[in-house]
Amino acid sequence: MKKTFFDGRSGSRRRSFLKPTEDPLWLRLFLGAVAIGFIAILLLLPLALVFKEAFANGVSALWAAIKEPDTLASVRLSLIAAGIAVPLNMVFGIAAAWCITKFDFPGKTFLVTLIDLPFSVSPVVAGLIYVLVFGAQGWFGRSLADNDIHILFAVPGIVLATIFVTFPFVARELIPLMADQGRDEEEAAATLGATGFQTFLRVTLPNIKWGLLYGVLLCNARALGEFGAVSVVSGHIRGVTNTMPLHVQLLYDNYDYAGAFTVAALLAMLALLTLALKSLLEWRYADELAAAHRR
Amino acid sequence: MSLTVDSVTKKFGRFPALNGASFVAPQGSFVSLLGPSGSGKTTLLRILGGLEFSDSGSVRFADLNWLDMPARTRNAGFVFQQYALFKHMTVADNIAFGLKVRPRNRRPSHTDIKKRVTELLALVQLPGLEDRYPSQLSGGQRQRVALARALAIEPRMLLLDEPFGALDAKVRKELRTDLRRIHDHAGVTTVFVTHDQEEAFAVADLVAVMKDGCIEQYGAPADVRRNPRTAFVSEFLSA
Repeated sequence: MKKTFFDGRSGSRRRSFLKPTEDPLWLRLFLGAVAIGFIAILLLLPLALVFKEAFANGVSALWAAIKEPDTLASVRLSLIAAGIAVPLNMVFGIAAAWCITKFDFPGKTFLVTLIDLPFSVSPVVAGLIYVLVFGAQGWFGRSLADNDIHILFAVPGIVLATIFVTFPFVARELIPLMADQGRDEEEAAATLGATGFQTFLRVTLPNIKWGLLYGVLLCNARALGEFGAVSVVSGHIRGVTNTMPLHVQLLYDNYDYAGAFTVAALLAMLALLTLALKSLLEWRYADELAAAHRR
Repeated sequence: MSLTVDSVTKKFGRFPALNGASFVAPQGSFVSLLGPSGSGKTTLLRILGGLEFSDSGSVRFADLNWLDMPARTRNAGFVFQQYALFKHMTVADNIAFGLKVRPRNRRPSHTDIKKRVTELLALVQLPGLEDRYPSQLSGGQRQRVALARALAIEPRMLLLDEPFGALDAKVRKELRTDLRRIHDHAGVTTVFVTHDQEEAFAVADLVAVMKDGCIEQYGAPADVRRNPRTAFVSEFLSA
């Protein structure tokens, strides 16, 4: 039989065609294994160990460690610090993202750089800045002491340090999102007679709510977990100025491993709760999310 | 009650977008701003809509010092090239937006708003699409919704920025015929920006041919076509 041009393609050996974007099976399995292995060893295993250590002496020992007054005080302080810092930074982040993405003005790039500052500065330095400003030898130290106002080694200092460190989270999340969305819808709202506030509430906010939620959750996680900056301004007074991360270290340094791992597990629980909340909201509003991404 | 644009200038940094543009349009007329990209036609339109601010010059409309008013009190319906519909709102909510944001004493009742939305959707020939989201509509349908939204506020002036620029030729033709019909029905002064001369001449009462931030020639389509005043105009029209 004479060989035709088409024989090469319709020959006995069937070829399985790959999509142009598809890689061979072995490579997919290999990359998958690497990713899962990496996550398991570096993320899941330590997390599991924290919980294992916390439960090492049984549930009653765990409960006793939690009911320790100093531990409860540290939980309360962490929640207070996050409870003040997160709403403030949310308002600040929205305001900053709004003015950076919806208006043109000189000094805009400088403002963006300033917002990034807490990311690039080591948290310890951030804490030291507050010592320089509010400490006994600092700029306002004398007048603060004269008026019996305590900022350093007290709750206000811890809140300030937490605000500084978690400053960029919401703004950083929103700026690219809002820049991508442009100003068209806001302009349309203005020509339709909406005031600035109505435009924000009815047009801008619904468009950014998912990004905002994500930013707030990240901000909250960091506010609860912040160690460096808070450590400098706290003074480590047990039951008074110790936040949860500081308390973990204090217990650990005093060879109270069970206590340390209990508080660490509590901290981890708060983080997991945050993530669960995010996933729940994403699942609950999946339709809306998809609709927002379609154009 | 006419629209008088007098020597409006605007610079973006060092680039002059408008070099003293002037024209007068009678109340209820349909004006096309026609020109190549970069000729300043969109900038002029955005100044009329209050979305951009002129450096000098004046605009008077119906005895109002138009440029001193903020965009939201001008009551000028604006239609954007990229539709700019509110993605998270249904078609009905999009159209009703301008009515719902009015202060309480001027806001129509819920039933009136609903009735108005139904009427407007009939006017732009999209009856029954109230509950769709913009993402579920074709480009032509979206622009019809945007037009209905701009008309909902009973505008004093209708401003359209290359409204059919993103649509295919057949839809463009349908829409411009409808636009003209709606204009005649509402009797609202309309300024329409396009770079498509066929479109401009087919739909407008008056055409302003723009180049480098100036109006090269202004007049009725037939006059402009018969007597191009400058070499640029005759070249642009024969292209």
